Amino acid sequence: MTPLFAQITVAHYLAVGAVLFVAGIVCMATKRNALGILMGAELVLNGANVNFVAFGSDYLRPQSLGLDGELIALFVIVLAAAEAAVALAIALNFYNNHTSIDVDRADDLKG
Amino acid sequence: MEPSALHLLLGLATLLPLASFFFLLMFGSRLGKAYGHGAYVATGAIVAAGVLSFVALFIWLGSHFPGTPSHHADVAQAAHGTSGEHGAPDAGHAATQGLAESEGHAPSGAHDAAAPVCYTGSYYTLGEFGKLRLEIGYYIDSLTICMFCLVSLIASCIHFYAMGYMHDELHQVTDHEVTLRDGSHLKRRGRYSVFFQYMSLFCFSMLGLVLAGNIAMVFVFWELVGICSYFLIGFYIERKSACKAANKAFIVNRVGDFGMIIGLMALWGGLGTFAFGDIERVGADGAKHTEPGIFSLVRSGEHHSLRTPDGLVRLSACDEAAKVVGALGPQATAAEIDDALTFYVETWRSGGADGTGPRYGYGLLIVAGIGIFCGCVGKSAQFPLHVWLPDAMEGPTPVSALVHSATMVAAGVYLVGRFFPVFTPEVLLVIAVVGCITLFMAATIAITATDIKRVLAYSTVSQLGYMMLALGVGGWVAGLLHLITHAFFKSLLFLCSGSVIHAVHTNEMTEMGGLRKKMPITAITMLIGCLAIAGISVPFVIGFSGYYSKDRILEQAFAFMLHADNRNFLASLFFYAAAGGAMMTAFYMFRMWYLTFAGKPRSQHRYDHAHESPWVMTIPLMILAVFATGVAWQPAGDLSVVNLLEQSRPLGTLADVTSPLTGMTWPNEHFAHEPAQHEAIVVPVTWLATLTAWAGIALATLIYCLGYIQASEVRRQFEAIYRFLLNKWWFDELYDFLFVRPLHVVGRLVAAMDRRWIDGLIDGSARVTRGLAVVWDRLADRLVVDGSVNAFAEGVYGLGLWLRGLQTGRLRQYVMFVAAGALAIFVLISFFSGFYWAA
Repeated sequence: MTPLFAQITVAHYLAVGAVLFVAGIVCMATKRNALGILMGAELVLNGANVNFVAFGSDYLRPQSLGLDGELIALFVIVLAAAEAAVALAIALNFYNNHTSIDVDRADDLKG
Repeated sequence: MEPSALHLLLGLATLLPLASFFFLLMFGSRLGKAYGHGAYVATGAIVAAGVLSFVALFIWLGSHFPGTPSHHADVAQAAHGTSGEHGAPDAGHAATQGLAESEGHAPSGAHDAAAPVCYTGSYYTLGEFGKLRLEIGYYIDSLTICMFCLVSLIASCIHFYAMGYMHDELHQVTDHEVTLRDGSHLKRRGRYSVFFQYMSLFCFSMLGLVLAGNIAMVFVFWELVGICSYFLIGFYIERKSACKAANKAFIVNRVGDFGMIIGLMALWGGLGTFAFGDIERVGADGAKHTEPGIFSLVRSGEHHSLRTPDGLVRLSACDEAAKVVGALGPQATAAEIDDALTFYVETWRSGGADGTGPRYGYGLLIVAGIGIFCGCVGKSAQFPLHVWLPDAMEGPTPVSALVHSATMVAAGVYLVGRFFPVFTPEVLLVIAVVGCITLFMAATIAITATDIKRVLAYSTVSQLGYMMLALGVGGWVAGLLHLITHAFFKSLLFLCSGSVIHAVHTNEMTEMGGLRKKMPITAITMLIGCLAIAGISVPFVIGFSGYYSKDRILEQAFAFMLHADNRNFLASLFFYAAAGGAMMTAFYMFRMWYLTFAGKPRSQHRYDHAHESPWVMTIPLMILAVFATGVAWQPAGDLSVVNLLEQSRPLGTLADVTSPLTGMTWPNEHFAHEPAQHEAIVVPVTWLATLTAWAGIALATLIYCLGYIQASEVRRQFEAIYRFLLNKWWFDELYDFLFVRPLHVVGRLVAAMDRRWIDGLIDGSARVTRGLAVVWDRLADRLVVDGSVNAFAEGVYGLGLWLRGLQTGRLRQYVMFVAAGALAIFVLISFFSGFYWAA
C-alpha cells in the first residue's frame, strides 16, 4: 500500500502542518524583507491552524476536539489579521524612516 | 440689688479688660484701616469696669452706709449684722463684746469688738493637693470697692488721655533716640493697639489683685502686674535705656518676691490656708461649716488681739512636740497625740508657765510678716529696692501715670494694708523704718533732679514711703487714705508732665520755662496737683485732698512719738522725717512747677514749638484735678472716703498694741482724734503741716520764681551735698559695686571654667567618639556593608553587560533563537518525560 492511496489520517495533516510551520520558520529566519518575514509568520500560524482543524474533525478521529478546534483556528485567523495590520503599520513607519524595509537595518536599539 | 451679688459685679468688672486684652491680642494687628479703633475696645472695657465698680459702690452704700467713727461707741456696729455677709464670726464677736462689758475693759479696747463687714467666697477651685487648696476667691470689703473705683476711674481717664498721647504710634514711627549703624534713625511700625493691649492686661491684673480673696491669688496677680509693668516700661524696646530699665524693674522686683514666697511658705506651713477671710463651705455631708481664714486665725486673742495661731506654734515647737509624742509611746493613737499637743500649745505659745521661755511661733509670724512686706518693698519701690522706679520712667507717660505712680506701685501699700492684722508690732516697726528712710531719701533726691518725670518718680517713691510709715506707726486709715489721694494727684501730675513733654518733646526742665502762657489748662491743673500733694489748706476748714491724708499721717506719727513707751530716738525720727518730708515735698513740687511754667523760656526753639494739648488729653486732666482737690472731702452726711475705709478697719486694730520684743507701744489710730487729744495733737500737727508746706512753697518761690536766691549759688555752697543728691545717693553705683560687678566677676570666672574644663571635657569626649566612629565606619560600614552591596551590584552589572551581547538587533537571528529554543525545550521535555511514557 503506497502512501498515496492510504487512508488519510490525522498524521497526514500533521505532516502538512509541520511542513508549513518549518517553511514559515525558515522564511522568517532567512528573509531580509519585512514583508517576507510577515508572510513567514502567517505560514507558522496557518501551520498550527491545520493541526487544530485536523484535531477538530470528527471524520479523522473518533474522539476529536469537535468544534473547539475550528473555533481556535478562527481565533488564530482573527489574531493573524490583527497582527498583520499592526505589522504593516510598523513596516510603513519603518519605510518612512529608513526608505527601506530591510530588517537588518533595524538595529538602532542594539545593546 | 443684694450686696451678695457684689462678687459677680466686681468679677465681671475684672474680666472685661481681660476680654479686651484677648480681643486686641488676636485681632489688634488685623484691624486694618480700623487700627486706631483698638483703643476704643480697651477704653470701652475699662469704662464699663468703672461703671460696674461705681454701681458696686452704690450697692455697698445702700446696705452699709458708713457711720461716723464715734470714739466711745461701737464703730462698725451700724453696718454690721446685715444678712448676706459670711465673713464675720457673729457668735464670737458677740461673746467678746459681752466680756468687754462685764469686765469694764480699758476704753481703748472696748470699742473694738466688731469685725469688718466683708463678703468672702470662691469663684472656682483650681485644685486641691492634700491640704493645699488653690482657689480663685474674692474678699470684698469697702477697701476693695474703694480700690476698684479708684483703679477703674484713673485708668479710664488715662486711657482717654493715651488716645491723644500715643497717636504718633498710629503710623510709622521714627524713633529719634535710636540710631542705627548707618547713622539713620530707626523706623518701625506704630504699636498703638499693642499699647492698649498691655494697658488692658494691666487693668485686669490690678483689679484681680484687689479682688483676690487669698494670698496665693494675690501673688499670681502680683506677678501679672509685674510683667505688665515690664512690657510697658520696655514699650520702646529698641531704646537701650528702656530695655535696661525694664529688666532692672523686673529683676529688682524678683528680689522682693523671693521674700514674699518665704512669707507665703511660713504662713501656709503653719496655717494650712491662703484665704484672707472666713469662708463658709458646704461639707461632703451637706452640713455648712465656716473655714477660718488667715485673719481670724491670727486674731484669735481677746478682743481680736494678735495671738500666734496654733498651727504656727506647733510648727515652730516641733522639737518639743517630738518629746511629747515620744513620752506617749508607740501605742498612742492619733487622737491621743493630738489631745496631748493641744494641751501643750498654750504653754509653748506664751513661753512657759512663767512666760520666760521661748515664745514658739511668734518668730515665724514675724518671718511671715517681713516676708510679705519684702514683696511690698519691691513692688512699692521702698528702700533698698527703690532703684527701679525712677528708671521705669522710660515708659510712655500714661504708663508712668497709671502703673508707676497711681496704682501698681500702690499695690504694695494695699497689700500691707490688707495684711495689716497679720503683722506683729515688730514687723510694723520694720515697715515704719523702711518707710521713713524711703520718704526722706527720695524727697532729697527729687530736689536736685532736672528731668520732670524723675522729679515725679522720686516724689512717688517718697509718698509711698509716707504711706508705709503711716501703716508702720499704726495709721491704717491714714496710710490707705494717702494711697487714694496720692493716686489721684500723682496721676494728675504725671499726665500734666506728659502733656508738657508732648508739647516740647523733652523731659529736661532746664529747657522749659514760661510755658503757662502756651498751655494754660495744663499749667492750672498741674498747679492744683502741686497744691494737693503739698497738702495746702485753710486749717480746720477745707483743703486739698493731700491735706487730709498727710495730716492723718503726721497726727499718727505724732501720737506714736508722744506715747510714754516710745520715748526714744526712732519714734521722734519718724515724726520729724515726715514733717521735714512734707516741707521738701512742697519745695520740689513748686520748684518743678516754676521751672516748667514760670519765668522766661530757656529754650526759645522749644517754646515756639509748644502748644496746648488736644481736648482728649486736657479733659482727663480736669477730671483728675477735681478728684485731686476733693476726694477726701465729706460731701454729704457721714459719706467720706475716711468713713468708708473705717468700715474695713482690720480686726483688733483699735487697741493699743505693745511689742513683746521692743517694749514699744502702738497707740490705736483713733487715739489722736479723740476730743481730749484735740489740743494736744491735732491742733499743733495741723499748724505744723500747714506751715512746713507754706515754707517749702515760699522757699521755692524765692529761688525759682523771684530769683532772690540764686540756685547756682546755693549749689556752690553745698557742692558736696548737691553732688551726693544729684547722683541719687550713689545707690546705683553702690549696687553696681556690691552686686552687679561681683556678679560679673563671678560670671566671667564661671564662664571661663565652663569654657576651659567643662567644654574641654565635652569636646574631648566628642573627639574620642568621633575617632571611634571613623574606625567603625571604615571597618564595618565601608568594608562589610558597602562591600557586599557593591559586589552584588557589580555582579548584576556584569550579567547585564553579557546579556547585552545577545541583543544584536538582527531579527532573523532572533527567530533562530526562538526556533532553537523551542526545539531545545521539546527535546528536553521528550527526554525527561520519555521515561514516564515508557512506564
